[in-house]
Amino acid sequence: MPELSLPLVLAGAILVSLNAYALLGGADFGGGVWDLLASGPRRERQRALVAEAIGPIWEANHVWLILAVVLLFTCFPAAFARLSVALHIPLTLGLIGIVLRGSAFVFRAYDVQRDDVQRRWGRIFASASLVTPILLGVSVGAVATGRVPRAPEGDFVDAFVRPWLQPFPIAVGLLALALFAFLAAVYLTVEADEPALREDFRARALGAGLAAFAAAALALLLAYEGAPLVWGKLIASPWALRFHLATAAAAVAALGALWRRRWRVARVAAAVQVSLVLWGWGLAQYPYLVPPHLTLHEAAAPAATLRLVVLALAAGAVVLFPSLYYLFHVFKGRPV
Amino acid sequence: MSDLLAARSQMAVSLAFHIVFAAIGIAMPLLMVVAERRYHRTGDRAYLELAKRWAKGTAIMFAVGAVSGTILSFELGLLWPGFMEFAGPIIGMPFSLEGFAFFVEAIFLGVHLYGWNRVPPRMHLVAGVMVALGGVLSGIFVVIANAWMNTPAGFELVNGRAVNVDPLAAMANPAAFTQTLHMTLAAYAATGLGVAGIHAFLLLRDPLNAFHRRALAVALLVGAPAAALQPISGDLAGKMVARRQPAKLAAMEGQFRTERGAPLRVGGWPDVERRETRFAIEVPRMLSVLAFGDPDAVVTGLEDVPRSDWPPVPPVHLSFQVMVALGTYLALVSLWAGWLALRRRDLAAHRGLLRALALGTPMGFVAIECGWMVTEIGRQPWVVHGVIRTADAVTPMPGLVVPFLLFTLLYLGLAAAVVWLLRRQILESPREPEPGAAPVGVPQGA
Repeated sequence: MPELSLPLVLAGAILVSLNAYALLGGADFGGGVWDLLASGPRRERQRALVAEAIGPIWEANHVWLILAVVLLFTCFPAAFARLSVALHIPLTLGLIGIVLRGSAFVFRAYDVQRDDVQRRWGRIFASASLVTPILLGVSVGAVATGRVPRAPEGDFVDAFVRPWLQPFPIAVGLLALALFAFLAAVYLTVEADEPALREDFRARALGAGLAAFAAAALALLLAYEGAPLVWGKLIASPWALRFHLATAAAAVAALGALWRRRWRVARVAAAVQVSLVLWGWGLAQYPYLVPPHLTLHEAAAPAATLRLVVLALAAGAVVLFPSLYYLFHVFKGRPV
Repeated sequence: MSDLLAARSQMAVSLAFHIVFAAIGIAMPLLMVVAERRYHRTGDRAYLELAKRWAKGTAIMFAVGAVSGTILSFELGLLWPGFMEFAGPIIGMPFSLEGFAFFVEAIFLGVHLYGWNRVPPRMHLVAGVMVALGGVLSGIFVVIANAWMNTPAGFELVNGRAVNVDPLAAMANPAAFTQTLHMTLAAYAATGLGVAGIHAFLLLRDPLNAFHRRALAVALLVGAPAAALQPISGDLAGKMVARRQPAKLAAMEGQFRTERGAPLRVGGWPDVERRETRFAIEVPRMLSVLAFGDPDAVVTGLEDVPRSDWPPVPPVHLSFQVMVALGTYLALVSLWAGWLALRRRDLAAHRGLLRALALGTPMGFVAIECGWMVTEIGRQPWVVHGVIRTADAVTPMPGLVVPFLLFTLLYLGLAAAVVWLLRRQILESPREPEPGAAPVGVPQGA
């Protein structure tokens, strides 16, 4: 196990933020995917359930991404700068997706309740929800490839397109999409208040779960060529086998619980599964923040900054967690 | 268009867009909370109606503010990686704190918007207060970071690298207090008087409407004191610029020559070629008095600043003149309203005041845009005053005109959608809400 140091603690904090963003914000994107794919006799009720589920919480969930970005540029400025340059294009497109998703969702809620108007905003909201996770996943995948250069080299394509337009990052993008859709469908089986709707999302969750399995297998396969450093760690590390077993156990538990209609068990297992995938990526990259050149310690800001940020995180947590608990208690607690 | 100019334009458009929503996101929750509190105290349903409508408006503005703010947090790196690599460790701290303030805002806005029938009335009001607090704090933290770009502190520069970094000293930079005060008051003044202006306009057409009368009262309560105090904070901010950024002050005032007992130039056009400001009304010695509190103080002119360190003079001077003119108008109208209120006159029936308020509706926001241009363009050619030039911080990515155009289109689309939605909200104002009006429902589609 690596020695506990300030950069490691803060990298951990960033990963915790990304984890929360994946479980919460990711599921909001997944909800948009199910809005897009709503079908059958209960199409409108599916859409209404999605809107009801994400309405009160999506903005709070979105802040986890901001927190991760802010922590990255405060604590690891060199990594932030390097990634912003090499991944300019997917990040910009992802941003546009984030903007369209959020604003179209709110505009739909407050515009006239006429079908054509609602459909127009709904389509923007839903398609942006589909595209954005892929772009975010591509960006993460590109980091893992170890092909982000120190500084732009070669022509435009070499410097700004090749680092991310590769099979492996695209597989990671698809994996992110499938996992987010899976999470959303699993959560919605808990939140639906009528059996038929619950069954709709059960079927969707099972489908998305299988898609996630396929995407994960594809990503692992492509990692051999596409992200050799991460691949090596995921295969050869002393923790690798236990880790894969745990992830597989969570995945099987989630699908099994869905099959047996144990909705709340499925929700926990799905969240564990997605978290393990994310932490697996983090561990496999250690000690690199941007492989193969930039380690956590090389990229770290001065200790004075890191110490203060740790204090700020501790103080912020005191405010944040009770508030978050209250939010989710009000809107996601068991009905009285 | 060069890549540097495209990057600057994209940043400018992003900030110009975001600042409007940020200001409304700071002040609107306070209006909404005051209305709700008055409903609790009086049981007057018109206040409840008002609180619900303002909450809807806040929801739209906050969402657009949140997503446009997200663009900015990424753009810091996408456009200015050199700046962030240098400044991140020094000034990332307020951004981290802003993250938590933003969390508080977003969490309690969710509770407020969707919780009308789910949480007890008192908790609902508390949630509104938390949104208002989170909004103010977010704004303050972000402006602290901007103030640092004007008056950098908390590090030493050795061979182009920052050493002895002290993030707390960076947060306590000299301009932090004056800038945060000025921007916070600006948010309350612009939003409060903007809302007051809309309802004043509607009252001119529908003088007895109880809904608009109450809206006017609450909006003035928030906007007028802020607008009346703003000249004082402006004076403090100006004195700070005079001490720390003489080139910016010279550009604001069109001061080309270094001068003892410098005059205040009202209006006019700075002719950079001839190095003089033409057609201005000059108030003798007034600039020396305002900037340094001494009629004989020496004001540094641009002639004593290396030409390569000049900000673009005409836009800075012009923006400053417009900001001061609009701010003065709003301060005077606010004082007028306060005086009438002290004499227990019915403000909502005073057609002269209503006309003056209606005329001032957009002025606060125009003043905010101008003030932002003064401070940002006035800081050029530096991104961190005296430390890093903007040109040295820009990304090596070519073809930046493409994202610039893309984001400009996106903002135009968003602006059109917001105007369309708000127009509908305002035109649907209830005519006679007092007796037994049906309460508006919780946000639909939710």
